[in-house]
Amino acid sequence: MATLPPGVGSDEFAAAIAKFEAAIGHQWVFKSDEDVALYRDAYSPERDEPTERLASAAVAPNTVEQVQQVVRIANEHRIPLYPISTGKNLGYGGSAPILSGSVVVDLKRMNRILSVDEGRCACVVEPGVSYFDLYRYIQERDLKVWIDCPDPGWGSLVGNALDHGVGYTYGQYRDHFGSHCGMEVVLPNGELMRTGMAALANDSAWADYKYGFGPYVAGLFGQANFGIVTKMGFWLLPEPEAYRRGTVFVPKRRDIIPLVNHVNYLENLGLIGMPGFRSPLGAARAREPELEALIVKPGGPTDAELDRLAESKGVASWSVELQFYGPEKTIAGSWEYAKERIRASIPGARFEDGVSYRFPLSTEQRAEVHRTHRLVDIGVPNMAIFSIAGGRTEQNPDSADGGQFYFAPMIPRTGEAVLEAGRLLGQVYREAGLRYNEYFATPACWHYRAFIMITSLPVSRLDPEINRRSRAAFEHIARIAAEHGWGEYRSPPFGVDLVMGAYSFNNHALRRFCETLKDAVDPNGIMAAGRGGIWPKHLRETREAGA
Amino acid sequence: MKRRRKHGCLAAVAVAAAAYAAAGRGQAPDARMAEMEQGRQVYEYWCGTCHGPGLGLPGFGALPGTHQLRLKYRGTDIPAVLDERTDLVPEFIKVMVRQGVSFMPQFRKTEISDAELDALAAYLTRNNSDAR
Repeated sequence: MATLPPGVGSDEFAAAIAKFEAAIGHQWVFKSDEDVALYRDAYSPERDEPTERLASAAVAPNTVEQVQQVVRIANEHRIPLYPISTGKNLGYGGSAPILSGSVVVDLKRMNRILSVDEGRCACVVEPGVSYFDLYRYIQERDLKVWIDCPDPGWGSLVGNALDHGVGYTYGQYRDHFGSHCGMEVVLPNGELMRTGMAALANDSAWADYKYGFGPYVAGLFGQANFGIVTKMGFWLLPEPEAYRRGTVFVPKRRDIIPLVNHVNYLENLGLIGMPGFRSPLGAARAREPELEALIVKPGGPTDAELDRLAESKGVASWSVELQFYGPEKTIAGSWEYAKERIRASIPGARFEDGVSYRFPLSTEQRAEVHRTHRLVDIGVPNMAIFSIAGGRTEQNPDSADGGQFYFAPMIPRTGEAVLEAGRLLGQVYREAGLRYNEYFATPACWHYRAFIMITSLPVSRLDPEINRRSRAAFEHIARIAAEHGWGEYRSPPFGVDLVMGAYSFNNHALRRFCETLKDAVDPNGIMAAGRGGIWPKHLRETREAGA
Repeated sequence: MKRRRKHGCLAAVAVAAAAYAAAGRGQAPDARMAEMEQGRQVYEYWCGTCHGPGLGLPGFGALPGTHQLRLKYRGTDIPAVLDERTDLVPEFIKVMVRQGVSFMPQFRKTEISDAELDALAAYLTRNNSDAR
């Protein structure tokens, strides 16, 4: 029995379904319980509970014209739509809608790579194109361009960018929305619009210049509900001559402050790709009972106590792995410069050369990459990240459960903020009954002008109590984080109102502005209700807690 | 890349051998061969990236799916790499693909169609004489 859209009767719904079938072919309209269940969020923390976000049906158009027809039919019958690209945004909703009863518009069949221009380092693709697809296309043609890819290679370039997803190489590329250039959108009234240079009647530079002329409206289509994006251009990296890694170790706890400053300097100059901060001392916790005792003592350890222990064990408090891409001689020089600069500033800093190689890689070098770092560091999509997605472990080999979602607040890109966030989040996680690596928490650096203190929260297909605990923890932590000015950059569906609610300057002026636009461009409120915490007028009354 | 291609060639030979064996039981060899080749391609595109023989993240000796099955079948002689299995049956494969398990999500029909799922099941059960 289908979960009908709110306020839509079964006859009205059946009439809309019949029109969808006539428009795109009955085999591409999924309405049986069995088929609609395939659109459940596999990582839903609301699984099997009354609040689980469920589709009423799904439609899978194959062309822009079919998307336009779907949108027009939805307007006619007031059917809420929810577009997905490849539907693999696991941890952030997967292939399920935010508003139960929505018809999912599954764009996976729209999987055409429309252009890859090696000389201009750019491509234009449809939403169903995955990172794997584009990588294979490039490899088969021996094109000398790279993709900056996120961890799971089966994701969509379009979908990932629209959810402000991220990668691993240079900052301008690993901000995937930031590296897009020109898009085509089916607006909520079914009209087709293009942005940037693609808006020219005869565009010749779709993926070269993103602003075109007039206001830059492309941002309205990320984490929002103002249309269905059917094409996007992206900037690609030229294949560099060589790659090199190097690791910096610093001895004392507060050394992270100058260390972050140096790394920021190197990154802001374009000398390094994504840095990877770690705490070797924190990693030693399991094998050093003295450290464990220090951490759990009432009041916790002081910086001086941690420094003395680190010194006595010969373990660095912090490390950072630096990645260099470019001409072999240039990146060797950049690494030498980084060492020289940090050595002069942080007493006791030491340095370890990492792997280095020229492209293309030999089979042996590729295996070495696998052993020492992530393939995504060199633009090769893969699925290795699921190694840490839960499931069976050496310690718990019989666990048949798995999956997770994320709490991911943005904090300032400073060492002070890292220490403060670790302290506060440690306290809040404890209050929520969860463990947190509070003295040794390090940031993710995907969005290169801010840090993300991301942590995962478990979900379960089998135990609703685990899900309830994780949801409660998320809500508790998000509220405390907001009080400290730390908003999140993405949200699972159940958290969109809480997350958007934290961006509350001047009585939620941002959200009110977005909803004014929403009422103007989507008066029937059919497009992706709830996405980005933006609701159509007729559903605002039901906005959930936190706003 | 070469390694993957080599693995693909070996798998293609195995497909041909299994199709030949199936033909002996009255099935048109060309049709069976085409179905299993389609199944092999579906496997390599959708399954092999997690269930194949490669490495996972540093510190993990196998891809995520293979790592999970190695733990699940520890102490047995059941292979951890999915397309080396000899005990799979079509129904089990279809349930796993359409329902998902643990952190593996289900696959929609826009990803793996019913016909492709049949072909995938034919490919993964090619070494199980009881399943045909």
